[in-house]
Amino acid sequence: MAFAGINWFKYSSPATFYPLAGKMMPWFAGLAAVLTVIGLYMSFFVAPTDYKQGEAYRIMFIHVPAAWMSMFIYVVMAVYAAMGLIFNTRLSAMMASSLAPTGALFTFLALWTGALWGKPMWGTWWVWDARLTTELILLFLYIGFMSLEAAIDDPRRATRASGLLAIVGVVNVPIIYFSVEWWNTLHQGASISLDKAPSMATIMLASMLVMTLAFWMYTIAMVLYRVRCEILERERHSEWVVALMEERK
Amino acid sequence: MSEFFAMGGYGLYVWGSYGVTALVIVAEIVWVVQRRKVLLKRLARMSRLTKG
Repeated sequence: MAFAGINWFKYSSPATFYPLAGKMMPWFAGLAAVLTVIGLYMSFFVAPTDYKQGEAYRIMFIHVPAAWMSMFIYVVMAVYAAMGLIFNTRLSAMMASSLAPTGALFTFLALWTGALWGKPMWGTWWVWDARLTTELILLFLYIGFMSLEAAIDDPRRATRASGLLAIVGVVNVPIIYFSVEWWNTLHQGASISLDKAPSMATIMLASMLVMTLAFWMYTIAMVLYRVRCEILERERHSEWVVALMEERK
Repeated sequence: MSEFFAMGGYGLYVWGSYGVTALVIVAEIVWVVQRRKVLLKRLARMSRLTKG
């Protein structure tokens, strides 16, 4: 694997990562902006009207990427939390904390857009079926992670407790993913086969992938920005942060 | 143009989805930028206090 050659532990030092994150952030933010413009253009002007759902299906272009992100981010967050617990690397815990709010945001968006899509298509905003309920549990897991971390004063204990919650909660992710297969549900299975005509499915799939990529870039930019705050906050007594603040005067 | 905004009768649902998505993303950006500003101010004050 390509990344095996890089010494990742070198970058796991907050002092090294802080300036690096600062340099990378604008690139990801820029990519996110460009991809969003392209994705929105494709979603509204290139993708044709669905023969069954009319224009309402255009909600899919943010609903599905948001739902994917909500699950991806949780897994990445749990991996960082696990690395923090196992290797005791400070940066891993900071990355986990930085991912949580954006993960919660995408979970909320998946639920919100799902409700707005469910109303015209199923005739209801909400049903207590497996897919929707497990996604709601995911939102509670994110909120629980953030609250637990905020509620404990000692940062090391806060990290350990919230990290453990993140790791245990990861079992929910495959349940969300396979819920549409394991249980009878209103929620459709494969979203990309909405339209049976292959040429249309391709452009719909492409729009959705561009939006997903835009959300990914946004998430990375947001996490890099937030982890810099996290680093400054937790390392504020360390020499390099004190020196940095001296320089800024 | 108004036909575009009507979204074939699904305007409320489609724009309700895209609108709220835009809103929460903008809110998150404002939130983190604000967080950094407040943090830097606090750290600058700390640094003044310790170095005199």
